[in-house]
This record gives sequence, structure tokens and C-alpha cells, in this order.
Amino acid sequence: MIWVNVVVQGVLIGGFYALFACGLSLMFGVMRVINLAHGDIAVVAAYVAVFVTPHAHIPEVWAFLVVAPLFGLVGYVIQRTLIQKSIDRDPFTTLLVTFGLSVIIENLLLEIYSSNGQNVNIGELIVKSWHPQTIIYISYVSLVVLAASVLVLALLQLFLSKSGTGRLIRAVADDHEAAQLSGTNYRHIFGIAAAIAFATVALAGIAYGMMTEFAPTSGGVNLLFAFETVVIGGIGSLWGTLVGGIALGIAQQLGAHINPEYQVLFGNFLFLIVLAVRPQGLFGKKTALA
Amino acid sequence: MNEAMLEVRGLTVHHGQLRAVDDVSFEVHRGEVLTMVGANGAGKSTLLRTVAGLHRQTSGTISFAGVDITKVAPQRRVRLGISLVPEGRRLFSSLTLEENLKVGAHGNTKGAFTIERIYELFDWMPARRRQRAWQFSGGEQQAIAIGRALVANPQLLLLDELSLGLAPIVIERIYALIPDIVEHGVGILLVEQDVALGVGVANRVHCLLEGKTSLVGAPDELTPQQIEHAYFGSELSHGATTSEGPA
Repeated sequence: MIWVNVVVQGVLIGGFYALFACGLSLMFGVMRVINLAHGDIAVVAAYVAVFVTPHAHIPEVWAFLVVAPLFGLVGYVIQRTLIQKSIDRDPFTTLLVTFGLSVIIENLLLEIYSSNGQNVNIGELIVKSWHPQTIIYISYVSLVVLAASVLVLALLQLFLSKSGTGRLIRAVADDHEAAQLSGTNYRHIFGIAAAIAFATVALAGIAYGMMTEFAPTSGGVNLLFAFETVVIGGIGSLWGTLVGGIALGIAQQLGAHINPEYQVLFGNFLFLIVLAVRPQGLFGKKTALA
Repeated sequence: MNEAMLEVRGLTVHHGQLRAVDDVSFEVHRGEVLTMVGANGAGKSTLLRTVAGLHRQTSGTISFAGVDITKVAPQRRVRLGISLVPEGRRLFSSLTLEENLKVGAHGNTKGAFTIERIYELFDWMPARRRQRAWQFSGGEQQAIAIGRALVANPQLLLLDELSLGLAPIVIERIYALIPDIVEHGVGILLVEQDVALGVGVANRVHCLLEGKTSLVGAPDELTPQQIEHAYFGSELSHGATTSEGPA
């Protein structure tokens, strides 16, 4: 039964990893941008939920309703200005620019809010859990985050496969010049993809703040997990991202069960094994590597 | 013939240091086919891509329906009525046939070509409309690419190397479409490496040699020798294989 608990905890954290990673995967899939500031944007969202939105009398629990759309808007603007300018130069520039953005964000947060740990206050919910069996604890907040992650991924999948804008996003991801020849302003579509990426990672950042303590430098380690999730699941598949997140979560819980020091190590092992055996990821297409 | 729909004046385009298109002028009229012939590297595709807006010209002007479009973005030119069927088809490979057509039609100007009309033109399409684009053969992909351009209801259709990599029988079927399209009043600017094929459907022929205009005329006014000379250039006419310029 102890192994069941390992799997259960792995699945719970895996949903969060998928939510965190889907924006990273989308931005890479659509505009071939690896956003190194992805993790830091999540952290900023958490800070906004704790320190900014309460001024507007919005409880921290509900802050995501305002912060996610706001970050979508910010994502669109940053894409159309900073990131598009770097894409127009060359792919390497996008790495430098987003890395620079990451450094600036972390240091600004340190300057303003210090390195003290913070929480998104969700009241009583944090200590409540479901206890179906002697050894299995399912914390309510983790369950809510998992459910929210699956919901967001399902909605995103539906949007991409059924809506006209989703179709344009996929077309632009395939060949943005050909999309231009079909009358599409691909820069606008890039902006929409970035808006989705920023909004989802803002949700993930607030979820992180609900589950655990965060600090200005929390973005880096989460970005690493997001990378691993995307690589394990495969680029360009949202369900792959979910499975990748869950696989990473289970591997980490397995490591932690053997020795708490092995948590991250086991995740890295899984990542390296997938990279060696199936570099396109569990659900990725081989062509996505090109 | 009525007034020019597309007017290109003194167009010069550079590829880095290379002067790919050098002071070229021509016009395309409503309902006519103008064929650009020339060897590999003569600047035909660059010329077409510049008219579509994908390349910036160094100098010269492009006007369409009397409006200067020299600085207009490619996606805006589509809305104005210029569609390019690019070399190599360039379909959205992960999208289905139908989705490819829907992307082509999304900024649709009203006109004769609807997705249903394309399905009538290619009767094999409806049954296979949910297949992904990469699953189709080269000839089928070319048909989808033409369909994707037509559903935008262009007044001017730019066709780049339609025959490339296709079997003769398939090429014949694709070329048989051109009179149908022209019948709707659409002007066609065609780039073709296969001279006989391109000249066969043309109302007028424009030869390019190393980026410069080498010959202009109606097909029945030109002799094969004249075209050959304009295609290869005088000093190279002794050997066709050595005349291929850089791609």
C-alpha cells in the first residue's frame, strides 16, 4: 500500500507540473522560443496574488481570476514587443533576452519583497485532507490543483483542436510563412500563444504558492521541472505534457520514498532515460525534433 | 486587353549581396496567364515572392488594381486579392485537408471559390477531408495547395513551380485547371522551369536571365530558338547542363 501512496502523491504533483509546463511547450511549439523566464513569470504571478490584488479587496484564494487574464495581456504585449524583436534577429537572441528577463525579474523581486518565503493564503483548506486508507493522505489543495490542471489542459486542447483561432495557432506552428500567405498575421497569432502561455503559468504560480512556500528564486527549479515534463511528454502534445508531468511526479516521489535526498535525482534519471531511449518524448512526433 | 491588374516597375531585389532580380518591369491583366521562364537561379521565385510580399525589394514599385502595394505586408496582400501557391506546396502538414482549406478561407473575400467549389473541382477530396496533409501524395498536396490559395478568392494567382517533383500525368491534370481558373477573371503569374509546359498555357511569356529581362512576347510570336537563347544566354547555349546557375 505504501507504493500506492507513492503513485498517488506522484500523480497529484504531476498535474501541477503539467500546468506549469504547458505554456513552455506551447511557446516552443508555436514560435520556437524557449522562454527561460517562464518560471519567474509564475513567481511574479504568485507575488501579485499575495501583495497586489489584496489592495483591490480580492482574497488571495480568488486572485487567479484576475491575475491569469492580466498575465495573458502582459504575455501578448511582451511577445509583440520584446520577444518578437528577438525572434526577428535570430533564435539565439531569444535565449539571451528571456534569460536577461529572468535575471531582472528575480533581482527586482528580491529588492522589493526580500528573500523571505511567502504563501498564498487559502485559509483552512491548506490543512485539510482526505484519508481514504491508513497510509494514504490526499491533501485537498493538491487535489484541487490537479483537477484545475486537467481542466485547463482539456480546455486548451479543445480550443486548439476546435476553434478557428486554435486552427490558426496550429497552422502558424507548422509553417508561419505559409500562414502569412493564407492571410494570417502570424505575429498576432504568436501573441495569442504567448498570452495563453503566460496565463497558464500564472495559474501554476499561484497554485504553487497555495501548496508550498515560494521566494524570488523559486522560478529556476520549477523551470527545470517544466523542461523535464515537456521532454518526457513530448513537444506538441498537451496530453503528453500531462503524462510527462505525472511520470516525473511519480519518479520524484519514488526517489523521495527511498531517500528524501533522491527526490530530484530520480526525476532527472527519468528525464535522461527518456532523452536517451525516446528523444521525441512519450507522445511526441519524431518530426517535432527537426 | 483591358488595363493592367498587377503593375511591376523597375523591380530590383537582393539576396544578401546577390542581385537576384534586376530592374524588371511587367504587368498582368485580368484573365490572362503570364509565364516567367528562366533557368534555376534566374530570379523567378524571388520575383514571385516579392510580389507576394515575402521579400523586400531594393527598388522599384509594385501596384495592384491601381494602388501602390510596395510596402504592404504579405497577409494584407492576400486580402487585397493576391495569393501565392508557394514552391514545394508548403501545406500545414499536421492539419487535415479540410483545415488547410479553412485556414486559406479564414480571411475570405466573397467570390466564386468556396470550399464546396474546391470539393467539386477535386472530387476525391470530400472523402479524404479528415486526413492529415502529410498523408497525401505530391500531386494531391499540390491540388490542396492550389485549393487553399483559391478559397481566398484571389484576383491574381501566383503559381511557383507547379510541376516540381510531380509525375507527367499528374502535371497534366494540374495544368488542366488553369483555363478554369482564368475563366473566372483571375489573372495568373506562373513561374515554371519546364519551358514547354509554361509557354503552353501562357498568353504572354517573360524570360529572365540572371535576374534581367531577356525576352518578352506572346508565345505564337516567339520561336523556340529565341526562347532557348533567352533562357540560357548566348555564351552558354552550347551546353544545357552547364547553364544551371546557383539555386
